[in-house]
Amino acid sequence: MRQAIFESRYGADWARFETWLDRHEKLRKRERARLAPDALPDAEVPQAYRRVCQHLALAHDRQYSPDLVDRLNRLALRGHHLLYGARGGRGARALAFLLAGFPRLVREERRCVIAAAVLFFGPFLLLLAALQWFPDFVYYLFPPEALAKFQEMYNPANKRLGMREADDNVAMFGFYIWNNVKIGFQTFASGIAFGLGSVFYLVSNGLLIGAIAGYLTQVGYGETFWPFVSGHSPMELVAIVISGAAGLRLGGALVAPGLRSRKAALVAAATPAVRLMYGAAGMFLLAAFIEAFWSPLTYFPPVTKFLVGAILWLVVGGYFLFGGRGGAA
Amino acid sequence: VLDTARRIATPEGIELALRLAGPLPRALAWVVDFLLRLAVLGLAAMVLGALGAFGTGLFLLAWFFLEWLFPAWCEVNWGGATPGKKALNLVVLHDDGTPVRWPAALARNLLRAIDFLPLLYGIGLAAMLMNREFKRLGDLAAGTIVVYTEPKPRGFSIPQAPPLAPPVALTLPEQRAILDFAERAPGLTAERAEELASIPRGLVGQLDGRAAADRLLRIANFLVGRR
Repeated sequence: MRQAIFESRYGADWARFETWLDRHEKLRKRERARLAPDALPDAEVPQAYRRVCQHLALAHDRQYSPDLVDRLNRLALRGHHLLYGARGGRGARALAFLLAGFPRLVREERRCVIAAAVLFFGPFLLLLAALQWFPDFVYYLFPPEALAKFQEMYNPANKRLGMREADDNVAMFGFYIWNNVKIGFQTFASGIAFGLGSVFYLVSNGLLIGAIAGYLTQVGYGETFWPFVSGHSPMELVAIVISGAAGLRLGGALVAPGLRSRKAALVAAATPAVRLMYGAAGMFLLAAFIEAFWSPLTYFPPVTKFLVGAILWLVVGGYFLFGGRGGAA
Repeated sequence: VLDTARRIATPEGIELALRLAGPLPRALAWVVDFLLRLAVLGLAAMVLGALGAFGTGLFLLAWFFLEWLFPAWCEVNWGGATPGKKALNLVVLHDDGTPVRWPAALARNLLRAIDFLPLLYGIGLAAMLMNREFKRLGDLAAGTIVVYTEPKPRGFSIPQAPPLAPPVALTLPEQRAILDFAERAPGLTAERAEELASIPRGLVGQLDGRAAADRLLRIANFLVGRR
């Protein structure tokens, strides 16, 4: 078949497909609905796309002019992007992940999670205990100004806890998101250095938090510190551990790739690792919210705060132990 | 062949050609994004600064989202490109040529934290130079590539001449070569154009010099469909 005949026979099909592409690349669903219906109904699009692909192959094989081949290649590429692109049902899948997928994933990756938990809570408990017996050790860790700031933040005379008097809840919320989630992301991302970065962030954050907790308890500010942290700690500490676990997952794939190449193992590990980070980011968000708006309140007695904290620990624990078990959700 | 083209086979049994983007256009895209972010945050600081501590909170939130999540959001929902990438005609795709989705977009954007080290994407650049697809660590882990968007069909701008059918059937690469020659001929010195034109003996026969160049020009006119 000569090119001119080929073009005149199928040109209208290509033009219709191109119009459909133009419309779907540019406009959102709602805007499309307001326009006249497509000349090409959505149901017939896959067929039209396969025809374009076939015509591209034919044009190539018959050595038609570069102009035509380029045009068809462009059409096929755009069709490929649209047809193999976004999948619907994002909201439903997000909900399913929250209800079942995330706790399942955490249990599935329990080796990394437990390793991360040991790396974080080990140093934390170590320093917390050590500072009760050797209080002066804290001066090796922090300069006196930092200690003064901690004292100011948790002074029992404050009306609100964990912040200096002038701070504002929303300001602190912004700060917790900006700072804590960033630490979580760094803990994850640095895991690509064969896991070493994640180990570093887990241990150093464990040491830091353990030291602050130990110091404040030792100087007698425990009555303000522990009620303050009891609300958000279940979310926040577990989120750090999960971020670290995600980083260890990446690093682990590079250290022990198994039967794959290191690159293939890394790509395969990235999916579960990033899914862990979805969950961790959500938990950081929740933690920041609690930390900014609930934890500083002194209106409630410490007993209430401990109770809420205990309930939240149980909820978090129950979520990860039992969430998503049974039923093929 | 040393080439930045990457061919991707689709389930329909055809091959699509993609051109990979190297470190320089990607760095420029980053600079554009960086300046935009700076401008937006500067503006936000001015407006929100008036709101006191409340404004500080909102500013930190905006900073966080612009820094970490906005690029990933753009790559998923805005045609695979951040504003900077749009400006430089770049787009992020999965390795198999499909548009990037959330897991990959988030992975590559979170891992920027490492690629950026020790200073201005040092590690990222080193990684890009060590594989043939210009992938930084984030791209390696996420399984993504950065390619040029297909340019709009430009049409061939070749000088007018009376069209002449080629004496033998030409393959696609041969046709492209002739067209490229015709397109560039006005920019070449006459000597060089004539020298090049006398190479394809099958087309120009015994013609030489000026006559050969003219012959190729006429064939090119035929190939673009002028009759």
